[in-house]
Amino acid sequence: MIPFEYRRAVDVDGAVAAVAERPAVVFLAGGTNLVDRMKLGVAEPEALVDISRLPLDQVEELPGGGLRVGATVRNSDLAAHPAVRRDYPVLSRALLSGASGQLRTLATTGGNLLQRTRCAYFQDLGTPCNKRVPGTGCSAIGGHTRGHAVLGASEHCVAVHPSDMAVAMAALDAEVRVSGPGGSRTIPVVDLHRLPGDEPDRDTVLAPADLITAVDLPPLPRDARSLYRKVRDRASYAFALVSVAAVLEVADGAVRDVRIALGGVAHKPWRARKAEDVLRGGPATVDAFREAAAAELADAHPLPGNAFKVALARNTIVAALRDLTEETR
Amino acid sequence: MTDLLRPRVLGTGPRRVDGPAKVTGTAPYANDQPVDSPAHAWLVQADVARGVVTSIDVERATALDGVLAVLSPDNAPRLADTDDGELAAFQSHDVDFRGQAVAVVVARTPEVARHAASLVRVEVDQRPHDVHLSADRDDLYAPDEVNGGFETDTAQGDVAAGLAEAVHVVDHTYTTAWYNNNPLEPHATTALWSDGELSLYESTQGVYTTREAVAKTLGLPPERVHVVCPHVGGGFGAKGTPHVHTVIAALAARAVPGTPVKLALTRQQMFALVGYRTPTITRVRLGCAGDGRLTAVAVDTVGQTSRFKEFAEQTAVPSRTMYAAPHRADTHRLAALDVPVPSWMRAPGECPGMFGPEVAVDELAAACGVDPVEFRVRNEPEVEPGSGKPFSSRNLVACLREGARRFGWADRDPAPRARQEAGWLVGTGVAASTYPVNHSPGSVAAIRTDGAGRYRVAIGAADLGTGTWTSLAQVAADALGVDLADVDLRIGDTALPKATVAGGSSGITSWGSAVVAAAREFREKFGAHPAEGDEVRASAPEPSAPDHYALHAFGAQFAEVRVHVDTGEVRVPRLLGVFAVGRVVNPRLARSQLVGGMTMGLSMALHEASLLDERFGHVVNHDFAEYHIATNRDVPDVEAHWVEEHDPHTNPMGTKGVGEIGIVGTAAAVVNAAHHATGVRVRDLPVTLDHFLR
Repeated sequence: MIPFEYRRAVDVDGAVAAVAERPAVVFLAGGTNLVDRMKLGVAEPEALVDISRLPLDQVEELPGGGLRVGATVRNSDLAAHPAVRRDYPVLSRALLSGASGQLRTLATTGGNLLQRTRCAYFQDLGTPCNKRVPGTGCSAIGGHTRGHAVLGASEHCVAVHPSDMAVAMAALDAEVRVSGPGGSRTIPVVDLHRLPGDEPDRDTVLAPADLITAVDLPPLPRDARSLYRKVRDRASYAFALVSVAAVLEVADGAVRDVRIALGGVAHKPWRARKAEDVLRGGPATVDAFREAAAAELADAHPLPGNAFKVALARNTIVAALRDLTEETR
Repeated sequence: MTDLLRPRVLGTGPRRVDGPAKVTGTAPYANDQPVDSPAHAWLVQADVARGVVTSIDVERATALDGVLAVLSPDNAPRLADTDDGELAAFQSHDVDFRGQAVAVVVARTPEVARHAASLVRVEVDQRPHDVHLSADRDDLYAPDEVNGGFETDTAQGDVAAGLAEAVHVVDHTYTTAWYNNNPLEPHATTALWSDGELSLYESTQGVYTTREAVAKTLGLPPERVHVVCPHVGGGFGAKGTPHVHTVIAALAARAVPGTPVKLALTRQQMFALVGYRTPTITRVRLGCAGDGRLTAVAVDTVGQTSRFKEFAEQTAVPSRTMYAAPHRADTHRLAALDVPVPSWMRAPGECPGMFGPEVAVDELAAACGVDPVEFRVRNEPEVEPGSGKPFSSRNLVACLREGARRFGWADRDPAPRARQEAGWLVGTGVAASTYPVNHSPGSVAAIRTDGAGRYRVAIGAADLGTGTWTSLAQVAADALGVDLADVDLRIGDTALPKATVAGGSSGITSWGSAVVAAAREFREKFGAHPAEGDEVRASAPEPSAPDHYALHAFGAQFAEVRVHVDTGEVRVPRLLGVFAVGRVVNPRLARSQLVGGMTMGLSMALHEASLLDERFGHVVNHDFAEYHIATNRDVPDVEAHWVEEHDPHTNPMGTKGVGEIGIVGTAAAVVNAAHHATGVRVRDLPVTLDHFLR
């Protein structure tokens, strides 16, 4: 591990200023991903600005309904929060399906969104990787790709975003509140992460000194049902092969509204807009769910090692919607 | 026949005597041993699979504050013996596999050592490498013998004729993956030199094994190498043979005179440097008559070894023991590749070697419409097929029957894909287990009394988490006819009498036989009321039983498997094993061993696979996020039982060894149950969800 400087931030503006000061200064929150990358030599920051003690650790009810989740609220605390469990089961379940109990106790809301891919080639200094060192090539292409992307990938990168929480937030139309050198702004979670394109080193639209301060969860309609279904290679402590976050409103056998996000299939939480468009206003039947899933996955480009993900995503979308519909009845 | 100990303490289940120290974190492991102002070593590894090191630039590394030394092929001292290519640290500029240690940095702190290691610039003239294992290679070769000293190929009768006369034939190829031993405690060595003598605190399955290898490699008389290892955080074979980091730690300590050096491997480094289980490709041909009686058994297996050191897994050997057939043959072939050298991993030979045949038996039983338990019973041999020797005891049938009873096998509908519960297809399967009773010659025990009823029993044995501290003391108590509390057992140190490695499930057999011999001699010499200081040393006698009998443990494993209709997710809600392992020394510890083995077998069935990237030549999923081992939630219900078995031939305790048999057959039982659940036959491990997606 390479020596680095450590500073503790006292307020948001100071934290942003400290990181903006020079390159290779980064925010540290729970450290569950950043410190791993530092040990591996994948991240080599000169300085860490610790934001974990900033007053961003509260979950507040918003005046018009919904919740504001502070950036340093721990994953375990957010999953257990009574309002989250009551109103956003999709989020609570997504959080609890991620990582391990020990990691969830440390990992923060902001950090979870900004964790980086666990692509084995990204994490191994001995193999070329465009995300780690732009221009060196993508080793995953032609390598082991069981966990890799089938949607929205590029010839430069086929990595997936590993978060479960972010997938649920994408389905909930959550918004990220950001403070940067130029002031504050909000970004929909679905627009926070990028597709790799020819700049796979950029995971998100954030600038280096942009600090996530909170995530706002809009209220869900009273009749909406939500769930998170994660499919993985072992029953616990594994990243998703495919996950589905779904929010469904059914009235009189018809889909009034639906929001679907997929995890484990793309460089970002994948909002399944095409599937939603097929379903909205139509019948809430398994046939319709199949048609919707097929529409979304028509653009899938699997790699030699992960063709199964297309069928898996299709089946999991259908099963999630079917289960939500049965719950509604 | 051996005069069996009368069990008094044997068979009872005292708790681990080392338990409190372990759960309170005070048990000293190799890297915890307190030494004065140690330095720390960090390895630099090759990042190509084959080539020649042309330059090693250490300038930036040595410039770091706190760096004490850098050793590499450029400056490392010559070793006295390089016969074992794995241990020949820094003796050549050749790179034989990716991950090979090409330099080591010694520094005041582990952080500085690690940083400095990252600054060492190694230039390699890369050569084309070949790491592709295939049964179709034209350069496969037959080793002189396979692990355990077994013959490479054996045959009886005429397999072609046996298959020709069969009514039903199965002919398929089955593969097991590359598996890496992943004990909880990574390998670690603390080395110190003093007056030309080397002391090693080592995480090892045999202090004497380590001593002998290190002494030979460094050219020291063995008595000038002291190895201490009271506790091991698991090894599964990876700490049974010496590996290069131990030699490097010794060299590093010699490079900084007067300073002890600690070297701890990272999890990632373990995937290249401490052995692993070779992937296996096994063609199994079985033929049977209409009533299910086997006419032919043929097992032809291909594994890999490294080019620089041979290891030949004895994958086909269990087929010489299992089932009766008039025509039988087996072969072992190896591909020598630019890979790290494979080695022991829990039940080498039996574990991968029982996978294909036990799945093939299930396939053949289904083909001839015979229940798979009954099929196995019908093919019980009178004598061991390979050797023609009678079994000292063989209770496979009892295990199958008792397992079937406990598991509720009787009502099983053999039709596949016929049961569904709440979105899960449900099936059950069975497979057999076997493991030989191994005795390693050469253990010596010393017994000395304080004259007040306490006995110090000393032997350089190992406890790699198996419970030796407790179970060997139980053996000593019964051998001496005293209470467990009156035995003061000393193990894990070359200052104690010589003991053999904890491998091949041979520990209690080998060490216990020495302890019993010493106790008997002690009582003969000093009677029931010895005086303070009375002492004897005795060796385990060379057993004669293997000349006359085939000595094996057996077992039967039953699995319930659920496969999700939508997603193909595979779960094993229930695993039940019944074993015939001779006398059980300590039911609490034996159950732990058997359940642990079965759990590891489940993990092998569903999860584990080291993924080799042939372009680079290394295992890319070299950490616990990516190399999946079963978690608690994957293992909801594992039961291990045993049948009463009295075997007077194995050793004075009547034991057979319990460390490895639990992993043997588990994966086959899971695959067979998955087939029963889904109708899909998986012949390549692991059994992942993509096999079942529709």
